[in-house]
Amino acid sequence: MTKWFFYATLLCAAMFAISPFVIANAPYESTMGLVQKVFYYHMPSAWMFLTASVVCGIASARFLITGDSRHDRTAWAAAEMAVLFGLLTLVTGPLWARKAWGTWWIWDARITSSLVGWMIAWAYLILRQYGGPGSEKLAAGLALFGTANVPFIYISVNYWRTIHPATTVVPKLPFSMGFPLWFCVSAFTLLLVVLMKLRVRVAEQQARLDAIYLSLDEEA
Amino acid sequence: MMLRAIWLIVRKDLTVEVRSRELAYTTLFFALSCVLVFAFSLVQEGRAADGVGPGVLWMAIMFAGNLALGRTFERERQAETLRALMLVPAPREAVYLGKLTGIVLLLALTEAVLVPIVAFLFQAEMLAHPFWLISVVATGTIGFAAVGTLFAAMLVRARSRDVLLPVLLYPITVPVIIAGVRGTVAIAQPEFDAEVVRFWLTLLVAFDVVFVTLALWTFEPVMTD
Repeated sequence: MTKWFFYATLLCAAMFAISPFVIANAPYESTMGLVQKVFYYHMPSAWMFLTASVVCGIASARFLITGDSRHDRTAWAAAEMAVLFGLLTLVTGPLWARKAWGTWWIWDARITSSLVGWMIAWAYLILRQYGGPGSEKLAAGLALFGTANVPFIYISVNYWRTIHPATTVVPKLPFSMGFPLWFCVSAFTLLLVVLMKLRVRVAEQQARLDAIYLSLDEEA
Repeated sequence: MMLRAIWLIVRKDLTVEVRSRELAYTTLFFALSCVLVFAFSLVQEGRAADGVGPGVLWMAIMFAGNLALGRTFERERQAETLRALMLVPAPREAVYLGKLTGIVLLLALTEAVLVPIVAFLFQAEMLAHPFWLISVVATGTIGFAAVGTLFAAMLVRARSRDVLLPVLLYPITVPVIIAGVRGTVAIAQPEFDAEVVRFWLTLLVAFDVVFVTLALWTFEPVMTD
């Protein structure tokens, strides 16, 4: 692997190793106390889930327009990342909600939209795995539809009251809380990049292997 | 040229359907069976829980619609007429719109029977405002069918196509389900509020416009290699 990949992986592992200490040093939030500290993993996971979904949508659109399979491999890798980080978000969220709000789940706008988006990403993976030959283009169509659907899902689910904190909380965070948050965001971003690079490389090797296999077939 | 192609495709489907009536009868019967299953699940001590009528209606439409979509394209696949459709000397969008029109007509026929029966069985006052009800049900059906026709056409050549259609279709049509049910609930309210119904109707119309356009754009790339 290239040098930058090796150093990036090392840095990512180091950041994750240090992160519990950075988080422990952050001050307690006034109402929720210790439980609030899940936020430092929950929010970066959610952001990475959204980023991966957007990357999948854009790569799928480019694949449908150009037909270049590099975009298809990027889209597939991004969908896997979306399912992974989405799962992290959907597990840490209820764990936090149980202590903070007294309930495991609540059907508010953002949570439900995230669940639906996560299921679309999962459906993408199911289609790639079990759809048989030709499922690259079908999956790209699905990803495109899923991406276009985001505002509709959000607006329709938003009919009910939302008890999620407003998005304007982040800029107003004091430095003592802002620093651990951005530290964790950087760690998670690095993790996303490293995993994507690894996954895309696996897909490239697979494509190269298939091409060699098929070319030998034709000669015989 | 395009309108003529769409009409010919719709006429073909209608002709086949009128002769056998297979899809119409089986879709309708399946929708009614769904309603029956929901009735047994939700009725306690002889009375349905309050306000479940709209939910039952849309669940029946979703399940019956899924079946109708799968079987419409299965018919094309078995008769190998899909290849003929792709070779038609008309824009590909005409094929999509023709199939979409056929499916919407089939579902409209099913809903014409289903809506009064659900209103009757679950004591939901949905029929008090027929214009609003027809608008909500029609736009919801068009939205569902628009996405469903594209996915069903895409999946015709795929493996596991029967189970993949609902796996792909239901998460994408979540806004239709939500807007359809909430719109129908708002229509069935004793104190009728037109503003609420108009909001959900606007959302459904926007969904229809965006997704029919998107489907028209992606039909050609996904159906051809």
